[in-house]
Amino acid sequence: MPPARCDPLLPVCEPGTSLPIIMGCGTSVATETQGKRVETGVAGLQWSAQSVAGSKDGTVKTPTPALTMKAAVLIQRWYRRYVARLEMRRRYTWNIFQSIEYAGEQDQLQLSSFFSFMLDNFTQLNGNGPDLISQLLDPVVDPWLDRETCYNLIPVPESYTGPRLSFPLSISDTNALLSAFKEQQALHARYVLQLLYETKKLLKQMPNIIHLSTSYTKEITICGDLHGRLDDLLLIFYKNGLPSAETPYVFNGDFVDRGKKSIEVVILLFAYLLLYPDYMHLNRGNHEDHIMNLRYGFTKEVMQKYKTHGREILQLFQDIFSLLPVATVIDGKILIVHGGISDQTDLDFLSSIDRHKVKSALRFPRRSLEQLDLGQSCRQAKRMRSTDSSRPSSSRSHSKNQRTPNLRKRRCGLSRQDSAASTSSSSSSSSSSSSLCSPRTPSCLSPRPCPSSPSMPYNINVLQVPFLDSLSSVPPPLPPQHEREWKQIVDILWSDPKTQEGCSPNTFRGGGCYFGPDVTQRLLLQHGLQLLIRSHECKQEGYELCHGGQVITIFSASNYYEEGSNRGAYIKVGRELVPRFYQYQVSRTTRKLTLTQRVRAAEGSALKALKEKLFSHRTELMAGFQQHDQNNTGNVSVSEWAQVLESVLRLDLPWRTLRPHLTRLAADGSVEYQSCFEDMEAGIPLPQVTPNLADTLFRYRTDIEIIFNIIDKDHSGLISTEEFRHTWRLFSAHLGVDIDDRAIDDLARSIDFNKDGSIDFTEFLEAFRVVHKLDNKDQQLNGKIDGEKYS
Amino acid sequence: MAESKQSAETTDVQKKIRAAFEAFDYELNNTVNVREIGTIIYSLGCFPSQKDLHDFIAKVEEDHTECIHLDKFLPAMTKVLLEHKFPPIPEDTLLQAFEVLDKEKKGYLEPEELTKYMTQEGESFTQEEMDEMLTALADREKNCIYYKDIISQLTIDPDK
Repeated sequence: MPPARCDPLLPVCEPGTSLPIIMGCGTSVATETQGKRVETGVAGLQWSAQSVAGSKDGTVKTPTPALTMKAAVLIQRWYRRYVARLEMRRRYTWNIFQSIEYAGEQDQLQLSSFFSFMLDNFTQLNGNGPDLISQLLDPVVDPWLDRETCYNLIPVPESYTGPRLSFPLSISDTNALLSAFKEQQALHARYVLQLLYETKKLLKQMPNIIHLSTSYTKEITICGDLHGRLDDLLLIFYKNGLPSAETPYVFNGDFVDRGKKSIEVVILLFAYLLLYPDYMHLNRGNHEDHIMNLRYGFTKEVMQKYKTHGREILQLFQDIFSLLPVATVIDGKILIVHGGISDQTDLDFLSSIDRHKVKSALRFPRRSLEQLDLGQSCRQAKRMRSTDSSRPSSSRSHSKNQRTPNLRKRRCGLSRQDSAASTSSSSSSSSSSSSLCSPRTPSCLSPRPCPSSPSMPYNINVLQVPFLDSLSSVPPPLPPQHEREWKQIVDILWSDPKTQEGCSPNTFRGGGCYFGPDVTQRLLLQHGLQLLIRSHECKQEGYELCHGGQVITIFSASNYYEEGSNRGAYIKVGRELVPRFYQYQVSRTTRKLTLTQRVRAAEGSALKALKEKLFSHRTELMAGFQQHDQNNTGNVSVSEWAQVLESVLRLDLPWRTLRPHLTRLAADGSVEYQSCFEDMEAGIPLPQVTPNLADTLFRYRTDIEIIFNIIDKDHSGLISTEEFRHTWRLFSAHLGVDIDDRAIDDLARSIDFNKDGSIDFTEFLEAFRVVHKLDNKDQQLNGKIDGEKYS
Repeated sequence: MAESKQSAETTDVQKKIRAAFEAFDYELNNTVNVREIGTIIYSLGCFPSQKDLHDFIAKVEEDHTECIHLDKFLPAMTKVLLEHKFPPIPEDTLLQAFEVLDKEKKGYLEPEELTKYMTQEGESFTQEEMDEMLTALADREKNCIYYKDIISQLTIDPDK
């Protein structure tokens, strides 16, 4: 049936709805709307011509009401379409940020699992004893023991103009801190240490779950993630009042990391905790974790701000984080936790465990690694579903009995070459291994001896270490009790809600669970609760309700992904236990940004981040494109292009839609695939290095930096020969390769290019280049690769 | 031949629909909230009326759960696009529409005028929509809407 044509400007509405006026302009309208009405444009010209003619006469005719309404409807539709397009772009932008963010979390889990693995399995393999390795990752003393407190001995110079605290803290101290931080002043390390020491003492007395009552107070304010955004915290205090008996607060975790002022935020929170232990309550978040801090910036921030005492400060933070309570309950009705729950969550059990044992959620008890592995496999299966791809779902089938060869799905693009290249090694560990930091390009994996250090014939393989996949063979000797305690806490800190029923591994993040409405329902019922308040996920409006209103997400860092990306919010609950939401947005400009401007700004930086991802996987992507481009035309079809991107990057993004922003089309509509690396190349400060190395180092820089920081136990920014020797012994033990100390020292010396007796990060990066036999030794890496790129 | 061409067109259309849908599929479970449907349909180049939207949603919504499943959305939306059910309104009519509202032929509209028409006529805007529209479209210095200048902003298609 040919579409019926009618005036495009006829407003469409049902008889009797909001526009009775419509009946006057033609009865046909109403009947048209009943069924097949179609608008097309042409007829509109006529009335328009009339109205223009009217004005020429000099007699301004008032258009008929019908005409006015037609015009209004037309503008409204165009405008709504315009907003819809913007909204769509905003959505894509959001997805890019979130995909990259969660991919980073997975990276961190992978890296940590490697160290956990080393810790758990190789401590007895050589004569060096367990202390060697455990110190590498876990230099923690039991936090219940007091670290030696030497802050009294630290002199505060006369010239110091920042706040001088006296303990026990009073309001004048917290006020001094507030105004100092507003003025960009720093708190002297002496006071930081003392404040942390006092905080630790206080936290030790706290239970795992804090119970609050609204009967003593008017209202309780609950805030979500702050992530080092001092401006947001100050804005909350400004709008809602400083913490006090009248204004008690619950801060629901993730105080640190990502933002530039993590230390200021966390010190203010601790100061108020010390001042009002009954009115200030802090829940642990998944970023209150010293291993997460290595990747997401808090470690770095502390070391930069406190060069001399940074290490002691970090150690105290590490203790304190593991001593933070994990949940708060208001009036026995509202449960507040950072992430969420799982079907295993049991508040009674949770309140009984020694929470400080879980120093990091990233330190897996051995058996839990299998669960994690399972989760990873499911993630891939899920992605298969969501992209409706015809790729064989290999991972799910062998998740149980046969390990996925490479758990890092986004790096799977090379897993085929990987295994092909590495199966030559015979040991069971390496047959399923993927390399930790070595480039996954075939050329780099080829087992050629490295000419630069002939004393170490095996150094090609030195950095090839197994990931979780190899751990399946490890027997689970840990007492299940420990594992259950660990899981209780990890689920609380890492989980996200989902709309479907049930509980499944949190495949997107790589840790924790997705919990469905039934899981929520059951837990609330079991404990006589009404509501679950959690944080952990950035929401555009700062808060979001789900599970029929039984779960609230609250997030307090506005502009989290980018200026204008989201609002922050906090909740107030009074005696009636009805949550009320307060939204805000920190703004650097006084002028209100339009939706267009906000979307554009966020989109720009999202695309930039994405471009960096593309560049860092250039070798794999090019290999993928070239498979589809046998004739070397430089072009592939749009769908081939999208397919290659998804199979290499695994970001689950709408590549076809993003395509116009990432790459050029040739005249015939195909993609000129080289063009998706273009902008980045110009910005990369590594002109002389082979592309292969550039993109490899670019990609793994974060991982390498974390390894460096772990080896650099005292966080001095330099690895001593001693520290270096420990690390290589560890690697060699793992690989079963016999390397004597002399060879290690030789290697250390060869890495110490400037011969100052220690290895800095640039030299460390360079070592990877040497180890991976990228021959031109004269090309010094200039260490200018922006460390912020991935953080 | 014709058939294969038809199916190729269908495949292409469905890919677009799927991509738009998935942008709002927060949990990767092939569902979106009902309030996102308008955005998805508009972003696919359609100009449905509010009633069109209601009717469409009534057809695809799962028992008033506020959830729309891809299984229902995809065939329904494919039909809409292939049969051009909510076809685009030509761009040139947009200028004419503004001219109709600009009764004194000033070449611009006062915010109050525009607000009156947009919130009281036709498919009325909410206050929030109106505020956003004025922030986005009004000239900052003169505080009025030079409609000739903003038409390209409204009609631009960044994906082409």
